[in-house]
Amino acid sequence: MTSQEQTPPFARQALLSLDRISLSFGGVQAISDISFDVHRGEICALIGPNGAGKSSLLNVINGVYRPQQGTVRFDGTQSHRMRPHDAAHRGIARTFQNIALFRRMSVLDNVLTGRNLHRGSTWVEQTFRVGRAQRDEARQRRYAEVVIEALDLQRVRHSVVGTLSYGVQKRVELARALATEPRLLLLDEPMAGMNADEKRAMAGFIVDANEQFGVTVVLIEHDIGVVMDLSDHIVVLDYGKKIADGIPAEVRVDPAVLAAYLGTRH
Amino acid sequence: MSFFLEVLVGGLLAGVMYSLVAIGFVLIYKASGVFNFAQGSLVLFGALTFVSLVERHVAPWLAFAATLVALVLIAIAIERAVLRPLVNRTPIVLFMATLGLSFILEGAAQLFWGAQVHGLDLGIDDKPLQLGGVMISQFDLFAAATAGVLVIALSLLTNRTRLGLSLRAVADDPLAALAVGIRLPRIWAIVWSLAGFVSLVAGLLWGARLGVQFSLSLVVLKALPVLIIGGFSSIGGAIVGGLLVGASEKLAEVYLGSLVGGGIENWFPYVLAILFLLARPAGLFGEPAVERV
Repeated sequence: MTSQEQTPPFARQALLSLDRISLSFGGVQAISDISFDVHRGEICALIGPNGAGKSSLLNVINGVYRPQQGTVRFDGTQSHRMRPHDAAHRGIARTFQNIALFRRMSVLDNVLTGRNLHRGSTWVEQTFRVGRAQRDEARQRRYAEVVIEALDLQRVRHSVVGTLSYGVQKRVELARALATEPRLLLLDEPMAGMNADEKRAMAGFIVDANEQFGVTVVLIEHDIGVVMDLSDHIVVLDYGKKIADGIPAEVRVDPAVLAAYLGTRH
Repeated sequence: MSFFLEVLVGGLLAGVMYSLVAIGFVLIYKASGVFNFAQGSLVLFGALTFVSLVERHVAPWLAFAATLVALVLIAIAIERAVLRPLVNRTPIVLFMATLGLSFILEGAAQLFWGAQVHGLDLGIDDKPLQLGGVMISQFDLFAAATAGVLVIALSLLTNRTRLGLSLRAVADDPLAALAVGIRLPRIWAIVWSLAGFVSLVAGLLWGARLGVQFSLSLVVLKALPVLIIGGFSSIGGAIVGGLLVGASEKLAEVYLGSLVGGGIENWFPYVLAILFLLARPAGLFGEPAVERV
């Protein structure tokens, strides 16, 4: 877990560009006029007080919400009516603030659902185990095992997810997301409710995902210490507006950020 | 002994017919966690449409194809109009929706085809066959073979393909399923179409047995103990449950019926189901609910 403040992220190409996004629910303005770029290969943290619009912004990126204004550009193409499953097919994976796993299925099966996108054989072939089915099955299993090993889940491979502890479930969710071979990984509070050790381990897994699997990461996290260590790039939101955007060293001393977090002197 | 065997075999073959109806429920339960009360109406709708077309001198294979198309269209309509707006609601809400759906389907069937009883002849002799000293109805044998093929195909499809995995995923958490790229509307349309196909086959076999009439939709009531015994989420369970119900009700009728004045057959499966509910609520092959507290 090294801070990479010395590499200027702006030298790299943007994988995700948000341009003047505004989103409201009825009369409530959740996000107003937010623009920023996430560069290929970076870990970008969204921080801000509760209700700042962080989760809404993730939901805009993977198509759960459609913003009233602004555009989302992913990998050079702008999408108009992207739905969440389209986002998955285009290489955007995510985890949820309240774990959304298939609780009655085993860890392995959960991870394998992430491989469905990459199946190279048809149902007919799979049903009768002919043609490409067997090699395809073996390939998906192999990839699933790679992900399981990367997240240190070998021992619980066959356990039913609903019986596992909270911290492990968070890891399974990350494993399932990685199994889709995403280019962009959206993590909504991956360390919420964890103790310091668990947070450190999770941060390690996120860095591994970023380096080993080459995934660009956008994450929401409240623990400022973890965020400063982990991320290359921090975007700070407050009341649905962007108040700061830069490398950790800049954001840490930004007066607007300090004001939002610590309050201003009147 | 050969009498016992005859009763047993007759019961098992009848049981396969129950399994056939039960499988329709299992398919939909696996994919959406809903007990689809409209399954019986689909059985009736399928059989009635087929019979009415044949009576209008449509070739049987064409009538079968046309009925299948109608059932698939109905399936897609159900997904659009009923299931999609009710995503993430509680099971009871979905159950009530399918209850309403059953009235609509039965009403529609009556509206199109009228309410009279139709005979259905599938062209299979119902002459008993002599097999190893046991008399077996030829029609029962045919029905069992059909159901057997269907069951094997369906269980391979749901156990070996990504469709099967997607089904379970969708039933477990629709939102998470979307996030891993599973196309919910497509999955639901496929499952309801499969259930429509199964109910058409069940409708034809039951229709040939009982005549195509409105009481046909009541075969769902016989599927209920089958599902409770076998488990709601297992195709294999539906088979075993059906065989158990079929065999036990016939044997009970023959060997215990005389003690209580007969007529056991009609209620014995429910007694069995109650015993299962007490001893093994998830059924023989159902997934017991796991909850970490």
